[in-house]
Amino acid sequence: MNAPYIGQSIQRKEDQRFITGGGTYTDDVNAAGQTHAYFLRSPHAHATIRSIDVGRAKNAPGVVGVFTGEDLAAAKVGTLPCGWLITSVDGQPMKEPPHPLLAQGKVRHVGDQVAVVIAESLNQAKDAAALIEVDYDILPAVVNAADARKPGAAVVHDSAPDNTCYVWSIGTQAAVDSAFASAQHVTTLEFLNNRLIPNAIEPRAALAEYARGDDAYTLHVTSQNPHVERLLMTAFVLGLPEHKVRVIAPDVGGGFGSKIFLYAEETVITWAAKQVNRPIKWTAERSESFVTDAHGRDHVTKAELALDKNGKFLAMRVHTTANLGAYLSTFASSVPTILYATLLAGQYTTPAIYCEVTGVFTNTVPVDAYRGAGRPEATYVVERLVETAAREMKIPPADIRRRNFITQFPYQTPVALCYDTGNYEATLARAVQLADVAGFEARRKLAADRGKLRGLGYSTYIEACGLAPSNIAGALGARAGLYEAGEVRFHPTGTVTVFTGSHSHGQGHETTFSQVVADKLGLPVENVTVVHGDTGRIPFGMGTYGSRSIAVGGSAIVKAVDKIIDKGKKIAAHLLEATADDISFKDGIFSVAGTDKQKTIAEVAFAAYVPHNYPLDKLEPGLNETAFYDPTNFTYPAGSHICEVEIDAETGVTKVVKFTAVDDFGNVINPMIVEGQVHGGLAQGIGQALLEGCVYDAESGQLLTGSYMDYTMPRADDVPSFNVDTKVTACTHNPLGVKGCGEAGAIGAPAAVMNAVTDALGIQDLPMPATAERVWRALNSKSKKAK
Amino acid sequence: MTISVSLTVNGKAITADIDPRTLLSQLLRENLHLTGTHIGCDTGQCGACTVHMDGRAVKACNILAAQAEGTRVTTIEGISGANGELHPMQAAFREHHGLQCGFCTPGMIMNAIELAQKHPNASEETVRAELDGNLCRCTGYHNIVKAVIAGAAGMKG
Repeated sequence: MNAPYIGQSIQRKEDQRFITGGGTYTDDVNAAGQTHAYFLRSPHAHATIRSIDVGRAKNAPGVVGVFTGEDLAAAKVGTLPCGWLITSVDGQPMKEPPHPLLAQGKVRHVGDQVAVVIAESLNQAKDAAALIEVDYDILPAVVNAADARKPGAAVVHDSAPDNTCYVWSIGTQAAVDSAFASAQHVTTLEFLNNRLIPNAIEPRAALAEYARGDDAYTLHVTSQNPHVERLLMTAFVLGLPEHKVRVIAPDVGGGFGSKIFLYAEETVITWAAKQVNRPIKWTAERSESFVTDAHGRDHVTKAELALDKNGKFLAMRVHTTANLGAYLSTFASSVPTILYATLLAGQYTTPAIYCEVTGVFTNTVPVDAYRGAGRPEATYVVERLVETAAREMKIPPADIRRRNFITQFPYQTPVALCYDTGNYEATLARAVQLADVAGFEARRKLAADRGKLRGLGYSTYIEACGLAPSNIAGALGARAGLYEAGEVRFHPTGTVTVFTGSHSHGQGHETTFSQVVADKLGLPVENVTVVHGDTGRIPFGMGTYGSRSIAVGGSAIVKAVDKIIDKGKKIAAHLLEATADDISFKDGIFSVAGTDKQKTIAEVAFAAYVPHNYPLDKLEPGLNETAFYDPTNFTYPAGSHICEVEIDAETGVTKVVKFTAVDDFGNVINPMIVEGQVHGGLAQGIGQALLEGCVYDAESGQLLTGSYMDYTMPRADDVPSFNVDTKVTACTHNPLGVKGCGEAGAIGAPAAVMNAVTDALGIQDLPMPATAERVWRALNSKSKKAK
Repeated sequence: MTISVSLTVNGKAITADIDPRTLLSQLLRENLHLTGTHIGCDTGQCGACTVHMDGRAVKACNILAAQAEGTRVTTIEGISGANGELHPMQAAFREHHGLQCGFCTPGMIMNAIELAQKHPNASEETVRAELDGNLCRCTGYHNIVKAVIAGAAGMKG
């Protein structure tokens, strides 16, 4: 493989260890003398704790320590913070009831942690936990967003008597209402965006160590953002000095958002590691993951689109109730507001948009970012409305989109965002061609001959990625900056180690970032190593989520590379007896303009570390540069997805027979990796549309989909092979022209699938997931009506 | 109470004293430090712990270590050549980007090797059906299917 590397499908550097069983995931790490933690959890959705008796557990064999919420309160340990302040329409800050690490006085969802047992072995910890006696006074529970504000609903937190965290809005209501009043046509849909359980295949895990000699902690944890984990844990919960805590997120087995957040378990064992003066390991069992990993989505929405007689969008009005669960998870408040309503313009010129979001507490697992985080929910609203409007007005669905596409950039939407660039017609045209839309009616007829109902659906989505300009995020309520850090370190012999605050848990940064650095520095790609996931080695980092790694993390690295080259020019100027202004750098070689005098970057690096002939009076030795990059805008990946389904009219089984995705991610560094990201996102999007749905019993608050036998994960025979391609409009405001690709599939797919399903069935709407049962019932109630 | 169990793992005879409730997956990971065998669930549904026992692909979390007495177990660490040359199925997963986070990968590869032995010319449909017991959340299966078909071809050659 030769340079230039950018744009090439280079095989991944990280794969050697993963395919040989040599990966190091958190549960693979062990410390000498380690103990094991087991958390006793609430079996009830809502209950007052009358008493907890840990006496027998403390005396059980192998037990090293037992702690409850009372112990943590006595030690003045804090509660889990929320990182984003949302302000209600009445000017009041959102309600932020405390989220204790271990329940204090009350449990609020099934799985809420009540006590921790630490023992020599995991089995001993489990055996001892069974000896803890908790006396619960069971209370009525509320689990559905739609029920949370009803009179008489159970109250989750006394500080929010109507279960309302906030009522937030964006856009101008009066302008929208007047546009609706004069509209030729109004399309209205009411739907639930189904709650999902993230289910990274690696369960969450942590290993906490305390070194008494240094009064310092080391935490290995399954995290997408170890620096943020450390910041939140030390500053807001445990009150520890940040420099005395090292957080390492080694190989992490998938995240999808669920490993962004600071959770109780790793925080408790970090605190407890000092109390028992032993390392403590905790690894979630899958059953625990179901009731403790932050869930995703769960919106109830009424959405309306006003159109003129030509199908031009005039206004959109959206009311959403978002289920936030029992406590505010780390970014819970921002997902159904800032990351949702700001995307309601989609790819269209809709001039007036108003959206009101009510965030409610319920007796369910906290809800937070899950792949796409707000943007799939927004896309679902926009693209289901658009497709439905097209059908109602008898305009071909691609045409109605074209009539409303934004074509001039930059484009300021009525919901805060300013799109820098895009070409929506290009992705749509390519998708229509790849999907052979022209041949669809013939395929539909052939399917009908086989007794199958075939449908086709579009979704032309947009997302805002590359989170985020810190000042804008701050103005919107973020309690942290959203830049990224990168360090590029030349070694004396000319190889390079790159340290990035981004974190890879499947995205392949070790390869992609190496390609970027190798090209920029003119090095063989194998001479570059990328290090991530360790607060002890990396300057700082905000981590990986929101498809931000290449756009923000990659840009930080490029900035550091530019500093390396600048310094290299000065060193080369000295070595070549020229001025730095006369030195040019290309393909790893510094040369004096107009001469054949040159030095390789490896020679320059060597001179920097062995500075015998070096301008020591003007320049420090060494070649090691750090940069922080704060983006000036979000990036706006966009694309066109076209789904074709076939439904078995006898059984209601829906099969995705063809899925085409043409995306614009800006410049692509490694097409193979990008396509892989799209494939994975599409499977999750198809999963949401057809298979996955978290179900709580409305009365007891029990999670009914609490295992892989009840919660339908997409399996290999549930999804097709995908038809993917890209079109490029380069991002205008970052040095690589990149936009990010990690979430697109999950954002675009659900609407495309449901547009196809409703097309096949000839109905306006069907709730997700469109299970065989739901489809069968829809078919049968329809055929009954027809008779 | 402990019991003693003896078996062959990756060609080496081993004996361990274990709690009787120890699962084969635990024996491999905790006693033998073969951490390539992963635990992704507690209901035998995800397949991340798939190993070969007497030549058959089995989920190591569904077998008590005691049940493995006298068997020959092969894990992901035991399929490369003596000098580290990759098994054709491992090579195919890398070549076709059949993995992202890597967590399901050892189980996928172990299952895929058995699949290829049973169906040397497997169609996409067969591969998808046979992978039904292994969950992947990252890849959407697209590239895993490609890798398995290519790996099966490589195993013939």
